[in-house]
Order: sequence, then structure tokens, then C-alpha cells
Amino acid sequence: MQMDELPDARGHFGPYGGVFVAETLIHALDELRQAYEHCRKDPAFSAELRYELKHYVGRPSPVYHAKRLSQKYGGAQIYLKREDLNHTGAHKINNTVGQALLARYMRKPRVIAETGAGQHGVASATVAARYGMECVVYMGSEDVKRQSANVYRMKLLGATVVPVESGSRTLKDALNEAMRDWVTNVENTFYIIGTVAGPHPYPTMVRDFQAVIGEECLQQMPELAGRQPDAVIACVGGGSNAMGIFHAYLPDESVRLIGVEAAGEGLATGRHAASLCAGTPGVLHGNRTYLLQDGNGQIIETHSISAGLDYPGVGPEHAWLKDSGRAEYVAVTDDEALQAFHELCRLEGIIPALESSHAVAYATKIAPTLGRDAILLVNLSGRGDKDMHTVAERSGIVF
Amino acid sequence: MSRIQSRFASLRKQGRKGLIPYITAGDPTPALTVPLMQALVEVGADILELGVPFSDPMADGPVNQRSSERALANGVGLADVIGMVRGFRDHDAETPVVLMGYANPIEAMGGEKFLAAAASAGVDGVIVVDYPPEEAAPFAALAKSGGIDPIFLLAPTSTPDRIQEVARIGAGYLYYVSLKGVTGAASLDLTDVAKRIPLLRAATQLPIGVGFGIRDAQSARRVAEIADAVVIGSRIIQEIEAAGPEQAVARVRDLIRPIRAALDA
Repeated sequence: MQMDELPDARGHFGPYGGVFVAETLIHALDELRQAYEHCRKDPAFSAELRYELKHYVGRPSPVYHAKRLSQKYGGAQIYLKREDLNHTGAHKINNTVGQALLARYMRKPRVIAETGAGQHGVASATVAARYGMECVVYMGSEDVKRQSANVYRMKLLGATVVPVESGSRTLKDALNEAMRDWVTNVENTFYIIGTVAGPHPYPTMVRDFQAVIGEECLQQMPELAGRQPDAVIACVGGGSNAMGIFHAYLPDESVRLIGVEAAGEGLATGRHAASLCAGTPGVLHGNRTYLLQDGNGQIIETHSISAGLDYPGVGPEHAWLKDSGRAEYVAVTDDEALQAFHELCRLEGIIPALESSHAVAYATKIAPTLGRDAILLVNLSGRGDKDMHTVAERSGIVF
Repeated sequence: MSRIQSRFASLRKQGRKGLIPYITAGDPTPALTVPLMQALVEVGADILELGVPFSDPMADGPVNQRSSERALANGVGLADVIGMVRGFRDHDAETPVVLMGYANPIEAMGGEKFLAAAASAGVDGVIVVDYPPEEAAPFAALAKSGGIDPIFLLAPTSTPDRIQEVARIGAGYLYYVSLKGVTGAASLDLTDVAKRIPLLRAATQLPIGVGFGIRDAQSARRVAEIADAVVIGSRIIQEIEAAGPEQAVARVRDLIRPIRAALDA
């Protein structure tokens, strides 16, 4: 089976993915799947999407050779795909533009979204404003407290932010609540999921909207570096930026694909968010995938310094890529990510998101073990402005 | 004949409608689950639906979510729930018990192991909310062969094809979800229910239970005019929550009595 031909008609990537939802949601998902099947083949839809990505988002994003960082580690050359330079400061907008255009095609005047760190919420609020849609963002009340700047950004953009008080009051609970809203208001509402998880067709659709990242790299790497990279490295929470940069490279098995999860305070401490490295398969949020769960099948609370990686599941295609061996998954601790964050600030003048810092950290770990002519391509999925408070707090600084 | 089948057969013979209350196992306390089940039977429950608590009950409204959270805080897992059914069976060999919950706790135990343990404890049916027919055919077949009825949900938006498929792989009864939304939502569209039931009847011989949004004697009565059984969940959970452990059993009895009376009137 060709990897790039997955999933099957019902959204399965091997044993993973699928549609594990209550009957009440089936019709909405069927409708969405049909609309998406139509639009992905419609040249007018693709043309408008390309136009928006170019003139509104600012694509293509550059690839940048981080020479000083590479020099410091004295091995492989590290290149950064600069998704942090997109409008709203992260890769998330690639997907929200696509889904908003789809919502418009489906004549849904109201969009909802879940958000953890707030990046996907901001990207959803942004496109809702751009296309004149009502926008409601669900956010765990714990995250509302941790990410007050992003809450305010969403409000400025005209969105309503609903704090979620159930469960652990974080991203997974926001997703539950958004699903509940959707099932209740499905006639006028489009649910913009922010990652490559959820019931089919979301994992495929979000991957396809994010695949532009890797497609650009396929062109840019030969121009800049003279060839394709030896390895592509991206952080993995739900896994959308990683699928986005991996997808175009799947057929070329000479390119290693490395997903970097959040090891938090260390995998041994249990305080982490590394579902692929330390979890087991199960069913959550509409798909079968690797989950962090206890012996009774209850989902457990996760930890990461980066709110965007703080999720107990992962996209089903990553689960499949792990089992099939096509991609490798590793984990990097809070401290290692922070160190990479500071190094990128000082050596390259780039303030990365804490999520992306995990990918940078792993690149700096393996670079010294490789020759100087080796090439690592890191997806710098977002910028770090949103993380000022978290990083400052770690250094004992209060604004 | 399974306990669920014979219960519906005797209801039909008596010209009565079924009453199916739902409670979450372990809420308000694990010790009260069996007494609550017994009290529900005393005041006229025909089949019991026992909820298996889950950390992420995506199809449930706030009332059932809180119930699940209380049960989890009491440390109740799937194995405990099966143990409670065994406790109930010690005193009641007649009343069918259906477990209702989400896929992950079952998969964590292992589908086969779960079905065997449930059957030996006296469980009669299982509703897995996030197992739609296309993902659940092997599980449903395994359940049937082990003597447990796989019960599926149908919604106002279910297509004729899906109704056929559920009629084919389901057993026990069909659970028609009478509204768009989560458990415990306020509005119930009776005209829609009246329109849909004949479509279901045309596809299946299985009895039809209707739930989601039934809150009192009046709405139960009206639903029973067209369905074989009514399911009441969130309203009972709400009563348990308001009553607290001391009063829960007595207040649930008081809540159900007039509903039973209205169904039999």
C-alpha cells in the first residue's frame, strides 16, 4: 500500500483513525466529507485557497539556513522552515483559511473552534473576521488563565471565548465542548478542528491543508541547499505542523521523518504529553490512536511547558507512521526545549514558539552526531511572542 | 430468549410501555449504586441502563458529565461497574441490565475480556456511544455470540441505509435519540419522533426505546404513545445530584413513581 494513498474510504490509517462518534454526529461528518471531496477537486476552490495563502497569509514562507546555530553544534546544517512568519504567527492559519472557505461553501455562517494555547483560536477568529462569520472559541478555563493575551486577541477579532469548566479544564475538554456545540447547532455551524485528529475526514483534511508546508520545502531545499534534507524534524502535539511538513516527503524513503513530542519533566516522571513515545492505543475524540490513559482507560492529565503540545492524544496518521516505521518519534523535555528557545533567540535573532523549540532542541541533539554535509530541516511552526510570560516566569521575572 | 427480549414480550402481552431509567455507576457513591438500581425496579423500571464513567464523555451534557466526574472521583472503573451488576444480580435475576458508556474503557480492558466478564456478571446489553455500526460490527458480533445484546443509537438524521445496518447488527432494542444535541438538552421534538418511528418500524422488528430530552411524566407519556419504551437519564442524575447521598434513593423513587403511573394510565 502506498503511504500517500492513506486513509481508506472511512478514514483508517491501518488500525488507526476512523469515525468513533455518537450517531448524532454521523450526518454532520458525512455532509462535511462530501463537501470536502467536492471542494478539493474544484479548481476554483483551489485557486481561491492559493490566492488567500499568498496574499493574506503571506506564503510561501521562507526556508532559512541557521548557520550560527549549526556552527555551534559543529555537525549537520540546520535549516528552518519559517512558519512563524505567517500571518498570526504560526502554521495554524493554513488550515483555518481552508476550513473557512469550506464553511462558506457549505453556507454555515457560524464557526466554532477549540484551542489550547490559543494559536488555533486566534487563527480561527482571524479567518472568521476575514470572511464575516460568527466565531465561538472553546478554551479550558485553566488555559484561559495561562494565555490571557491570546484570549484578548480573539476578543479583539470579534470572537466569543467560552471558558470550559469540565474535566481537566484544558485542550481535551475544550474539544469535547466544541463537539457538543456542533452536535447541537450543526445546521448553521462549521467546526474548525485545529489539528490532524478527530473523526474522519478531519485528520485527512487538516493534513491536506497543511501539506503546503512540505510541498514548498520540496522546491525550496534544492534551491537553497542543493538537495533534499536527510531528515525532517517537527514537534508533535496533535501533529498538524508535523503532518504538514512530512506529507510531501512520505514517498521519498531516503528522508528520515522525526516527530518530537513533549517529554515535560521527563518521561519517567509521568508528567509529560508524549502519547506516541509513552502511550497506548485507544479511542478518543472520534478516532483510534495512541493515548495517555490509565489502566481503566481514563484519559490522564498531561504536562508540557508548551500549551500547544499539552494534549493526551495524537493524530491517527502519526500513530500509523510510528507503527509502520516510516517516521520516528522522540521526546524532548521542558528544559531542553527552553535551552533551544534561548539559543535560537541569541544565535539567530529568532524567537520561536515553545512548541517549535522542541523540534529545534532535537535537531541540536543529533546535529553533532552527523557530518557537516548532513542536512536537517526543522519546521519552525510558530513564533514565541505568546510565550513571553511562560519563559519570563521560568527565569523568575514577572512583567 | 434473552432477558431483554422476554421483558419486551411480557410488556407487549400486558399492553404496557417500558420504562428504562439510566444512572451512572458510582454516583453519588459506589455503595449506593445497587440500592438505587433496586429502588428503580421497585417503582417500576423495566430495564436498567447503568452508565460506565468516562473522563471524556463527548456526547453527554453537563449533568451527566458531572455525574461521571463524581463517579471517577470515587475511583469507579469498568471492572467495578461489572462487580456492581453482579451484586445486583444476587437479588434480582429478572430485570435486564444494560451497560452504557464509551469505547475507551472497554478497549483498555479488551473487548473480548469485557464481554465475557459482563456476561458472567449478568449484563444483558451494551451501548457503546462512540461505536457507530461501521466501526462496531466485529464487536457487535462477538457480543451477540456471548449472549449480550449490542444496542445501537439512531438519530433524527440517520439515513435509511444506516437504519437497515443497525437493524441488522443490533439486538435487544433500538435506542432512538430524539433530539439533536447532547444528553439532558431541554427541547424534545415530538412531531419529529412521531414521524421517524414508522421509518424505524419498517426496517426492524426490534423494540424501540426513545431517549434524550424526556424529563417528566407528561413527556414520557407522549413518547410512549409511539415508542415501546422511554429512557430517562439526565433528569434522574439531576435529582441524585440535588439530593446528595442521604436522600438520593428516596428522591429517585419519588421522581419515578408518577412517570410509571403516567405510562400505565
